[in-house]
Amino acid sequence: MAITAQVAEQPAIIKSRSPLAETWDNLRRSSAGMIGLSLIVIHLIIALTSPYWVPYDPLEMNAKIANQTPSLEHLMGTDKLGRDVFSRSMVGGRVSLVVTILATIIAVTWGGLTGILLGFLGGRADEICMRFVDAFLSIPWLLILLLIVSILGTEMWVQIFTFGFTYGVSTIRIARAATLDHVTNDYILAARARGEHKWTIVTRELLPNVLDVLLVDGAMNWSWMLLGFTSLSFLGFGVPPPTPDWGLMIAQNRQILAIQPWAVFGPVIMLSTLIIGINLFADAFAKALGLDRSQGAPV
Amino acid sequence: MFFLIMRRLGLAVVTIFIISLIVFFGVEALPGDAATAYLGQLATDESLKALREEFGLNTPPLERYVNWLGDLVRGDLGDSLSRRKPVTELIGNRFRNTAVLAAAATIFAVPIAIVLGVIAGLTRDKWPDITVSLVAIISMTLPGFVIATVLIYIFAIRLDWFPAVTLIPSDAPISQLLPNIVLPIITLTFVMVAHILRLVRTNMIDVMLSDYVQMARLKGVPMIKIVFQHALPNAMLPTINIIALTIAWLVGGVAIVETIFNYPGIGSLMIHGITDKDLPLIQGIAIILAAIFIVINLIADLLSLFLNPRLRTERGH
Amino acid sequence: MNDIFVNIENLSIGYFNKRGMLIHVLKNVSLQIKPGETLGLVGESGCGKSTLGQAMMGYLRSGSRVLGGSIHFSGQDMFALSVRQLESIRGNKIALIPQNAGKSLTPTMRVGKQIIEAIQLNADISKDLAKRQMLDLLSKVRLPHPEVMSERYPHELSGGQQQRVVVAMALAGKPEMLILDEPTTGLDVTTQAHILELLRDIVTELGTAMMYISHDLGVIARVSHRVALMYAGEIVEDAPVTEIFRSPAHPYARGLLESIPRLTLAGIPNSMPGQPPIPGTLPGCSFAPRCSFATDICSSEPPEFDTISQAPHLVRCHHWKKVVTTDFSQELVRVYQAVEHKIEEDPAIELSDVEITYHRPGLIDRLSRTPTPTATVSDFTLTVRRGETLALVGESGSGKSTIVKTISGLLSAKSGCIRFAACDLMVKVDDRPMDLCRQVQLIFQNPDASLNPRHTVAEILDQPLKLYFPKMTRDERRERQIELLERVRLDGRYRLRYPGQMSGGEKQRVAIARAFAAEPEVVLCDEVTSALDVSVQAAVLDLLADLQKERNTTYIYIAHDLAVVRAIADRVVVLYQGRICEVGTVDEIYSPPYHPYTETLMGAVLVPDPDAKPKLLASDTPELSPPAQGCAFQRRCPKCIPNLCVTVTPPWQYAHGVDGYKIRCHIPLHELLVDQVN
Repeated sequence: MAITAQVAEQPAIIKSRSPLAETWDNLRRSSAGMIGLSLIVIHLIIALTSPYWVPYDPLEMNAKIANQTPSLEHLMGTDKLGRDVFSRSMVGGRVSLVVTILATIIAVTWGGLTGILLGFLGGRADEICMRFVDAFLSIPWLLILLLIVSILGTEMWVQIFTFGFTYGVSTIRIARAATLDHVTNDYILAARARGEHKWTIVTRELLPNVLDVLLVDGAMNWSWMLLGFTSLSFLGFGVPPPTPDWGLMIAQNRQILAIQPWAVFGPVIMLSTLIIGINLFADAFAKALGLDRSQGAPV
Repeated sequence: MFFLIMRRLGLAVVTIFIISLIVFFGVEALPGDAATAYLGQLATDESLKALREEFGLNTPPLERYVNWLGDLVRGDLGDSLSRRKPVTELIGNRFRNTAVLAAAATIFAVPIAIVLGVIAGLTRDKWPDITVSLVAIISMTLPGFVIATVLIYIFAIRLDWFPAVTLIPSDAPISQLLPNIVLPIITLTFVMVAHILRLVRTNMIDVMLSDYVQMARLKGVPMIKIVFQHALPNAMLPTINIIALTIAWLVGGVAIVETIFNYPGIGSLMIHGITDKDLPLIQGIAIILAAIFIVINLIADLLSLFLNPRLRTERGH
Repeated sequence: MNDIFVNIENLSIGYFNKRGMLIHVLKNVSLQIKPGETLGLVGESGCGKSTLGQAMMGYLRSGSRVLGGSIHFSGQDMFALSVRQLESIRGNKIALIPQNAGKSLTPTMRVGKQIIEAIQLNADISKDLAKRQMLDLLSKVRLPHPEVMSERYPHELSGGQQQRVVVAMALAGKPEMLILDEPTTGLDVTTQAHILELLRDIVTELGTAMMYISHDLGVIARVSHRVALMYAGEIVEDAPVTEIFRSPAHPYARGLLESIPRLTLAGIPNSMPGQPPIPGTLPGCSFAPRCSFATDICSSEPPEFDTISQAPHLVRCHHWKKVVTTDFSQELVRVYQAVEHKIEEDPAIELSDVEITYHRPGLIDRLSRTPTPTATVSDFTLTVRRGETLALVGESGSGKSTIVKTISGLLSAKSGCIRFAACDLMVKVDDRPMDLCRQVQLIFQNPDASLNPRHTVAEILDQPLKLYFPKMTRDERRERQIELLERVRLDGRYRLRYPGQMSGGEKQRVAIARAFAAEPEVVLCDEVTSALDVSVQAAVLDLLADLQKERNTTYIYIAHDLAVVRAIADRVVVLYQGRICEVGTVDEIYSPPYHPYTETLMGAVLVPDPDAKPKLLASDTPELSPPAQGCAFQRRCPKCIPNLCVTVTPPWQYAHGVDGYKIRCHIPLHELLVDQVN
């Protein structure tokens, strides 16, 4: 390459603002993004505080008032065991949120670091590892989740580990791709030419740039994990009854769908508003960071 | 070109081999073995010993792996613990049933998704795009079983057009299967369309902003020609991979849908196997499904190789 | 007598930024083009020339709008036309040749088909006839084997070939006007020369009018009849090409012509301080803050166009009368000052018989016994003395970047010996002792890519300090950062800025400061000024010369621009396809005898002199790899001796002793001299 295009002589706007402030500013401008963020925050608040303000004890059964449609006393009616659907819906997200948030942190951390290292180091190790990653990702996700959970049990820590590990593998791919994008940039070459240690280059030069992608991917992972967790609960491999949980509620109350649909709609509305919120936020976040693509496999 | 194809094929074989390793030794790694898993609470020393004898679980893992692999290559997937029958027999017609379901869903989903995605991409931020994107987001955010439940509520319970649950055995002829298939297909189509559509839309938007589309506009090429001759061929290239990925997802995601509708397919067999903790059955199904995934990806890879002039020719810039 | 073909009157274009503020891109631009005339539109980045070019086609980037004025093309108001009407004019009457040909061709369509598309849009003819016309066009743009070429996909063509295809596509509609936006960006010097001659010949033959947009003054001098100079969204001078280059009337024109390195004058030119403002933000003349002729009236009242001569020569300046009094050509000679510094005898870096290759045979290659391709760089022997500036000159594929990357340890050489002082540089950077890493620093071409966008300047400068001087405390490092910034003529407050908040020139200075933070002995500069604006280049060159004087730093400077090399180099190495053609002091290289390749390069350079004619001595067919035997230049050399040059590697010829000028050619030096002096 001989004569190259000119670097602009004029900066965009001269103001000392960090990329963080810039991103937040962009985010604020997107109404979809702010709606998404609000939904997430509302759900987090509900999950944290609901046991203290729900009108009924979520576990209290009363066969006499089973299968009632919504009324003033029971905003969403009662389920087949006479429990208040509204209270259970409010409380039903607690376990899934704890599990999925912790699992997301694990997934992003281990998948991110591994992906970055593989992308940066390249070579034989990279090729072999990627074969394993590809192989792992071709086994149906549901199968893996169910298998591990069915053998190891349904305690929370098992679920957290399982989700964290499994979804982390797909993060490896994304982190690696983002790293490969950046590794060819001159500032990485400059760092190598200086003689910087490999670890310094990964953490100081690569990571801040790849972080964007990781954060967006983390948000998306979180939403897929919620879907996965709910699916597991639905199939009976999640939280054991009588703990209120959205997936479980949907499974249990399917039979009375004809007479009391709200026993199912309650948790459905809760789940979908949260996931829509996460998706809207993740989209707007990606745009605010300047990444316009959505990637990754569906769940 | 020939070498490229050979390389891809080789990679596919290697990957399937690695999958077999993961499937087999992954299960080995979990505490206990097939016998303890299956018997679970009911395990006594004698019953464990008897089961292990019967299924040859006492031999060292490596030997078992080699035997298993050998059997696999010959088409023998081992025997199910719970049903005491060869896995292949259990799978039987279920494979066909799932294939029919998956194929039908794909045939609907892919064209709809492409058309909607292109429309959304071309009318970015205007009302066609907003409507389509909104529906897509909602479809993406509801788990398959929720969509299924809602569909059952509307079409089976309220309108009584279709049965909510399939009551026919797995080896029934396809014609009997058909009315039971409609709701599952709609469910799967929804999910698939949502995912493919988003990516088609993004690709379309990117391509319409590209330098060569701008150039075509500045050449005076009318818009319709630009969309079909300049934009679409380029937007479709990455889409092939997305479609393959989604079809491959289907392979796994179909399980829940089959369970809800009690549809006699591989997916529901898989769930039964897990509920029963029937490890050989699970392993057999896992490797089949994974192999299908690999094959679909391979076809997609080769297709894009074929369609992308950049990959086809020797020299690149 | 000549109708006015294009009439732009008081055109203003702008857009609203994220915060809702109106930003001007063009302000009150007025221009006229006659049929068959070539107008050169010159300006630096951000002046709005590209926007003007696109507006000519009735095209505005999304978000931009016309704030006032009009463009009339052959009597039609471009912005009043409907989409249909625009579509019929585009390609037909007025065609665009864009900057990046590779990206402007649809990747999934064969090039022939794209040209046929352009033909059929503008004429109702049969497919066969269109195909024949397409092949004719491909020969017209001097592409070999048109039938074969037309079946290729864009990515299979070289940059120069892609550009020719795009020209053919533009000519397909037999347009009356061509608009070219920096079409030779990214092309080699020789390729650029060929394409420009092609364009000149075509427009003369067809009588097409042309608007040629560029920042390169040499190109503009060669191609234009008239020149319009833009600054901050306005036209500041509009004159026939000879007048503006001989006696520019606007201070910015003067400043610009005085700030470009020249092939014929050794020394670093002046640089203009400051940078262009955002258009429309200053109350008076936009150039006033940087102008040496400015007075009070300049900052308060914007100047109008004054007519200097009937040519017409227009200028937008309050004080042009003062400006034209001084003789420009004499001033030029005074401006260029040769760089003076001490060069020591002892060597800094010695390379002998270095061979570098990118190809690593894999298992399959070894099994199938594919012959190893020739090395990227071979037979490289050179001694760089302490304190000198050695330039590596060549076009793409010359291996100059490869050599510098190998010296810095990013690549490893296959064989040979590279030494710095007593240390071995053959090892890769990971295996070098830290002090050795410190001594050899590398600066890259594009500051956008070489500074981490997520780090502040303070963090960028901190890295080398922490790495090489671990004993420094935090406060000491902070002090040093401020010192370094001041040394590169940037205010200490820049510490807290991010790269995205700085201009190109400022970023490159930070990159230089980063290199010098290590207090190195040798600095490798990889085309460090190529990506910068013309008026900023001189400042950076000056800075580098300044820094060199302090510590007697040795520079190895890569450039493709022979004028820049003339400005700063002590010695020059000319490379072709990874092999040395000749080595000598800058005076020796820039005067005969030349190696045939050097002669070709020199001939192709476009100087900012309208009367100069380039000499195209060799074709511009791209080379894929160096030949297996014989001279590297054998395929294109106009003086190639058949049988000899193809089979036998040319011997070294020395002018005076082994350490002096040397050239690698079969033709004896005195023969070359006689031939080239004529």
